[in-house]
Amino acid sequence: MSARTPEASLMLEPEFNANLPARHRLGKFWRIAFLLSTVFGIFVLVLLLLTILNNLMGYAAVENMIDPASLAVNGVPLEELDKDTLIAILQTNVSKGLFRQIGREKAVEERTRDEIYALIMDKVVEQRVVDTWSLSDSIFKRGEVLAQAAQDYPQAEVTFKTWINPNFLASPQSSDPLEAGVRTAILGSAWIILITILVALPIGVGAAIYLEEYAQDNPRLGWLNRLIQTNISNLAGVPSIIYGMLGLAMFVRVLEPVTSGAMFGLSSDPTTANGRTILAAGLTLALLILPLLIINGQEAIRAVPNSLRQASYGLGATKWQTVWHHVLPNAIPGILTGTILSISRAVGETAPLVVVGAATYITFDPTGPFSKFTTLPIQIYQWTSRPQGEFRNLAAAGILALLVMLLTINAAAILIRNRYSKHKQ
Amino acid sequence: MRTHMNLRSFEKVESHHAVDLRKRHRWGERLIQGFLFFCGAFSILTTLGIVYEIGKEALLFFLTPGVSLWKFFTGTVWQPQAGEFGILPLVSATLTTTTFAMLIAVPLGLGVAIYLSEFASPRLRRIIKPTLEVLAGIPTVVYGYFALTFMTPVLRSIFGRDVVDIYNTASAGIVMGILILPLISSMSEDALSAVPRSLREAALSMGATRLETAIKIVLPAAISGLAAAMIIGISRAIGETMIVAIAAGAGPNFTLNPFKGAETMTGHIVRISGGDLSYDSIDYNSLFAIGILLFFMTLVLNLISQRIVRRFREVYE
Repeated sequence: MSARTPEASLMLEPEFNANLPARHRLGKFWRIAFLLSTVFGIFVLVLLLLTILNNLMGYAAVENMIDPASLAVNGVPLEELDKDTLIAILQTNVSKGLFRQIGREKAVEERTRDEIYALIMDKVVEQRVVDTWSLSDSIFKRGEVLAQAAQDYPQAEVTFKTWINPNFLASPQSSDPLEAGVRTAILGSAWIILITILVALPIGVGAAIYLEEYAQDNPRLGWLNRLIQTNISNLAGVPSIIYGMLGLAMFVRVLEPVTSGAMFGLSSDPTTANGRTILAAGLTLALLILPLLIINGQEAIRAVPNSLRQASYGLGATKWQTVWHHVLPNAIPGILTGTILSISRAVGETAPLVVVGAATYITFDPTGPFSKFTTLPIQIYQWTSRPQGEFRNLAAAGILALLVMLLTINAAAILIRNRYSKHKQ
Repeated sequence: MRTHMNLRSFEKVESHHAVDLRKRHRWGERLIQGFLFFCGAFSILTTLGIVYEIGKEALLFFLTPGVSLWKFFTGTVWQPQAGEFGILPLVSATLTTTTFAMLIAVPLGLGVAIYLSEFASPRLRRIIKPTLEVLAGIPTVVYGYFALTFMTPVLRSIFGRDVVDIYNTASAGIVMGILILPLISSMSEDALSAVPRSLREAALSMGATRLETAIKIVLPAAISGLAAAMIIGISRAIGETMIVAIAAGAGPNFTLNPFKGAETMTGHIVRISGGDLSYDSIDYNSLFAIGILLFFMTLVLNLISQRIVRRFREVYE
């Protein structure tokens, strides 16, 4: 009898051999299935971007109720007239009631020339988008689109329109898709984020320091600290809309004298804003990102080596001196990265702000914490919920602006992380 | 020279008084510590604020004549104008969208997690993980837009325009699944990666294929983490707002048909509070009744998930 290795004897087992190819086939099959589910994520991301791009540009048919050329004065075309002439044209061509209403929103004399021009295009010329086509249709079915446009809208001028353009970023909101922009929304977002940071950052970092550095000092308070910790992780899981309801009940209603500015005599427009202000929105978002900030801050502080603390104590520093001069400076990059990521969460947040009471329609820039507000995501939401196709195009443009904004913020976080980790080495 | 002088003067002081070794009271430190404690306790105030403020308005709602707890939980009509406040239509829509979301997110999320932790090369992982993070970082209002302008037309062209409404819960649910996918996959991957290598090596050395190792050894060892990930996913799906507000339909509708429009709990809160709402009306208070229910549903799910992780985690040392 020749000696057989155990392996060889295993190979000779008939069932084992019979099973092996099937097992390998199964392994290969599932491996591909798992790979496909992984690729699916990337596939969806690409689809999402393509959908936005598809609505971002394309043919648009625009009709004028009055030919702008007929409004020329002494042969000077409308675009080149000065402000006073434009005001005169506006006054003679719209009804008295409408002109008064325009004046009530903001005195005509205070408006810029471009605003008057936009008003004329909107109210007198009544330039209207009658139909739009997606980018894919505009490219692949160009002939059909143009033929259909010529047949359905013989009066209209069909042009290839890119919905995101400098004008879109610089104009305030408008009911006319051709004039509408996101300036008020971007400024609103910026104001709200400023307040959110001012409130949430000190409290968040303070809480993280307390939980990491001070909580163990007092064993009798152990139960309280455990409660705080559990509570924070639960708050991180509370749906954002609940924070919106808290903001509505607390900041908009109970604290109305503060959030409307009436308490400080600063309210710009007490009859309309009534607590639904930038301040209320900023405070709501501050509560929303606080748990994230604390959890991130704790991780950053925990990562500071203990030897640093020991060395500081060894030299006679007090607890706070140790924290302030040694722990915090070392934890700053981590804290900053976490802060920026929570901010990008707050920038994209929509639901709580709708509940707190974002204004559905404001055309003028926010002037301070007590102004009414709208933000970029809310603008996108409002445009998306309109049935007309051209507002879908505007929403796509708004989304692109929002994504670019978020990308910039996140790039800042990555830059900070890289910069500080290089310094350490 | 000067140091010498200082030392001498120090000696002189010491010779006069014994050094006081008692701990000094540092009021500044105390003050700072008090402030830090306040910051830590602030989160508890937030929770109390949520329970108190939302609970108070909800209580006002239930105390309104004509409204009863029983009718609220069993009624199948939600029509504030007619004084009908049955939450079942809103709950059924929430359940439909959540089910669809989980049908997408759980298998795919698990697949991604298994692939990344058991099969993928480190290089591929470095590409895939940030992409999924990007997917998780996109604002939900963008997903809502995606559902309405991409997913709904796709569903309508597959199943027919008469079958699928423009606003429907299926489209919102599927897109919500895509939103939750990165959450489930990253939590699951953490759970799988926490299983020690030695278990895998033991299985492989016994002749198991990689798939068998992954499914029969690693997966069961990480089951608590996977379950926790799924529950967190459900909780996220229930609380998700903008996708359903945009794509699922405006108007409560008691149906389980995923191709019909139906308003979820969150969608209803957003639509009503986004309109002109007068305070202290029954409509206003009813929103808070929905809100407190939503809060407790997600709270219970989150607590269960934390408990599972703590209680059933297999510790390998």
